[in-house]
Amino acid sequence: MENIKTRSDNTFSPFDLAIASVLVLVVFAFLYGGFIFLRDSGANQVIIAFFAIFWGVGGVAALFYVGNMFIEKMPHQWSARMQPVLFVGPALALLAWYLAVPTVRTLYLSFFDNNSQNFVGLKNYEAVFTERIMIEAFTNNIMWMVVGTTLTVGFALMIAILADRSKFERVAKSLIFLPMAISMVGAGVIWKFVYDFNPDIGMVNAVVANSGNEPQAWLSLVQPWNNLFLILVMVWLQTGYAMVLISAAIKGIPDELLEAARVDGANEVTIFTRIIIPNIAGTLLTVITTVIIFTLKIFDVVMVMTGGQFGTEVIGVRFYREMFTNGNAGYGAAIAIVLLIAVIPVMVYNLREFNKRRAF
Amino acid sequence: MNRTKRRALLLVNGILLIIVLLWTVPTLGLLVSSFRERNDIQRSGWWTIFPHQEWVSTGETRPLPEGQTRDLPITIDGVSASYDEWREGVDMGNNTQIIWTGNLRAGNLTVLQQEWRANLNFTTDNYNQVLSGREYVLNNPDGTTTTVQGDNLVGAFLNSVTVTIPATIIPILLAAFAAYGFAWMNFPGRRILFIIVVALLVVPLQIALIPILRDYVALELNGTYLGIWLAHTGFGLPLATYLLYNYISGLPREILESAFIDGASHFTVFVRLVLPLSIPALASFAIFQFLWVWNDYLISLIFLGIGNRDAQVLTMRIAALVGQRGQDWHLLTAAAFVSMVVPIAVFFGLQRYFVRGLMAGSVKG
Repeated sequence: MENIKTRSDNTFSPFDLAIASVLVLVVFAFLYGGFIFLRDSGANQVIIAFFAIFWGVGGVAALFYVGNMFIEKMPHQWSARMQPVLFVGPALALLAWYLAVPTVRTLYLSFFDNNSQNFVGLKNYEAVFTERIMIEAFTNNIMWMVVGTTLTVGFALMIAILADRSKFERVAKSLIFLPMAISMVGAGVIWKFVYDFNPDIGMVNAVVANSGNEPQAWLSLVQPWNNLFLILVMVWLQTGYAMVLISAAIKGIPDELLEAARVDGANEVTIFTRIIIPNIAGTLLTVITTVIIFTLKIFDVVMVMTGGQFGTEVIGVRFYREMFTNGNAGYGAAIAIVLLIAVIPVMVYNLREFNKRRAF
Repeated sequence: MNRTKRRALLLVNGILLIIVLLWTVPTLGLLVSSFRERNDIQRSGWWTIFPHQEWVSTGETRPLPEGQTRDLPITIDGVSASYDEWREGVDMGNNTQIIWTGNLRAGNLTVLQQEWRANLNFTTDNYNQVLSGREYVLNNPDGTTTTVQGDNLVGAFLNSVTVTIPATIIPILLAAFAAYGFAWMNFPGRRILFIIVVALLVVPLQIALIPILRDYVALELNGTYLGIWLAHTGFGLPLATYLLYNYISGLPREILESAFIDGASHFTVFVRLVLPLSIPALASFAIFQFLWVWNDYLISLIFLGIGNRDAQVLTMRIAALVGQRGQDWHLLTAAAFVSMVVPIAVFFGLQRYFVRGLMAGSVKG
């Protein structure tokens, strides 16, 4: 290897360190210049796109590179101490800025009013748990959680078991998995089209009209079932994910186990309830928690398809409306804290599993 | 025995086929509709591209019968039906139908015949209109024209690319460095810091939006690419670090140790050995993050701003289109498909890595 030498003749030289620090400053200057250029330039958009990608990706790589150079030129003792800072520091700094500290800041804001000027105690929480629209949102989120998760996991289990016995397994799974690649906004458009009132446009109403019934405005007037039609969109998006995990778990069950059961005369239902389910319980738990967290934060689908009107309000949309449309920081913060509290059991579970699994 | 087995297999494949159709037909309908003309979309369902029987005018018309009233049945060619039924069209047998057009006194009778038809009239006009930002002249069925402004999705597409590529690579780079640090370096607080990463895995990002937006306003980062890259990086880092740590900490110790004995520094080992060896894990996470960022709506809505049309990404433009032109399905379908092309291509191209990443992943917040 050509860099064997770099370390062995590393004797401290203040001159090298000075050059390395100048390089660090040069990279920073270049990055700042790029930022100003991107912000103010009216150049062609294709040029902007290329430059931005080069600047962003190249900039981060260059920072690591010159940062390392700087540290390696330090006196050895310092160099060893600073190395972990270079490796772990940037990620931790961003995690602190974007997730860890905001948790505390949001908690703090939730005790203040609209403009975060006056302390209001628990008033925001009181409103969150008593206002009619919030009660509607909580009720709907529970519906999303229960119905959405049940349907997603149910379909996924069924498909995984059917596909396992079919020649067309790969094609079928691939096609059911495909919606995973589609955005929730895109899915919203696809399904709004399916549910359209005009039987010459919407497929559902075409079927309804063909069988001699009146077309329905599925997303607005058919309350409270319109929530179910929104939930189906999420089921359509998420089943693929659940199916892939469950299917892999089922394939992991030893064949001898299934054969032995069949020889003993167990029928398919018994095999399913007594062997398959207990053997994939761990995976099922992971899938169920993931889908539950997903339903808890559901936003895009509702926002695009109904905007939370017609009795379809959910917590995610409420949060957005309070924070942006109504400029109500305290109230929005309180909603965010409620969401956080809802996922704490999962967080605790993750930490426990992590502790159990390895001596880190 | 053999027969029951075959029947069971038929049932399995039958149910599977129905489910697959349920899952694919909505997307197929969108794709087909995006290539149909505006007026066709309003008049007939996209499924009429398949051969189907349709009543078509034969060009033959009949004079109205004499002495008709609205309330009494009217008899034509020996078939009696009420005026309202005639207006809907009445079956005359022999594969013909007569329909009453116009009003009671001054209408006429048109003879229709059932024929096999398939509406195979396709166009790329919808795409031209949503992609460009130019003005566009449309011909209406009544001969008039309407001028509309194109939706400039090319601009939004470029924004999506500019947001997504760095917002995918930057977190991977940061997370890979951090994962290596956690796995192969010894420093005080290592364990507690990693536990914090694990705890942050499920934190809902809503928790961060209010304070971060304030920081962005103060730092003038709102509406900038840097701002949105950093936001996606911050929110993607817990999962990225966790996944890459699991992979990198499992690399064979001997390979790395022999490099250290040869005098290589951590940085060299990381760049020359660990990164190349971790490509499968990096690719898995890259696909995740790419799809996540490309399809994201909430984060761009907040940090790129609704007001700044120049910086809007595809999801924002499409959500806005749904609001402004909810019934212009020829545009909505084309626009939605434009936004789906890239993720679907990535998905089909790299499905294997994607599935592998899913298996390794846990719960994302």
